[in-house]
Amino acid sequence: MLGYTITQWLFGILSFLAIMFALMVVFSRNPVSSVLYLVLTFFCIAGHYLLLNAQFLAVVHIVVYAGAIMVLFLFVIMLMNLNEDTEPQRTWLSKIIAAIAGGMLLFVMVGSLKGAGELGLAQYGHSQIGLVKNLGTVLFKEFLFPFEIASILLLAALVGAIMIGKKEIK
Amino acid sequence: MLNGISINYYLLLSAVLFIIGAVGVMARRNSIIIFMCIELMLNAVNLLLVAFSTLHNDAAGQVFVFFIMAVAAAEVAVGLAILSMIYRNVKNIDTDVLTNLKN
Repeated sequence: MLGYTITQWLFGILSFLAIMFALMVVFSRNPVSSVLYLVLTFFCIAGHYLLLNAQFLAVVHIVVYAGAIMVLFLFVIMLMNLNEDTEPQRTWLSKIIAAIAGGMLLFVMVGSLKGAGELGLAQYGHSQIGLVKNLGTVLFKEFLFPFEIASILLLAALVGAIMIGKKEIK
Repeated sequence: MLNGISINYYLLLSAVLFIIGAVGVMARRNSIIIFMCIELMLNAVNLLLVAFSTLHNDAAGQVFVFFIMAVAAAEVAVGLAILSMIYRNVKNIDTDVLTNLKN
């Protein structure tokens, strides 16, 4: 089809959808629909992971982000009873200033990319590193200590969240 | 090229996603939306890490993404606890109202 492979079509469609949904996260007025659009963005990014042959990471991404983190966001929005009417809006001037600042940042990034030239020339057809077996070997051999530290970090975050969320600290 | 797609396109996509997140942080006033835009920026970086890990055929990049996910989960848990505590005390999470440190 038009000289593009199926992978390139998938990449294009997923990129388009990811960018559209990401824009909708920023532009939608209702916080709940922002959360739902962010979930869709995460699904598109998981599709990108699949294209990159990182299957395990794609599954973990969906489980952790769409399954856990976004549900947490939805719960907090529900607890605060936020909706379109309570949504604070910035003035148009500051919105335009934010858009200009973002556009200039994009300009700088794309400009530096232009100078980088073609980076990825090597062809890696079917990379096997994203499979559970290889990732597990690397994670538990080379990165064992950081892995343990991450578990301590999660425990500390758990305790901290409970301590902060308590009615009153005695 | 990796599976037929140049890494430059991944760089471009990640840059665009990151900047959408940055603009969201600048343009919105709801603290929860700002949090979600930070998640979007983290994910743009994650995508690029995975792309480069596939390009160089090195699993370290993907392991790094795991750690970023763990840190993001911890950050969200503590951050949302703080936000709900603020909401309980101030009844508002508008960033223009929470200016106690200003004066």
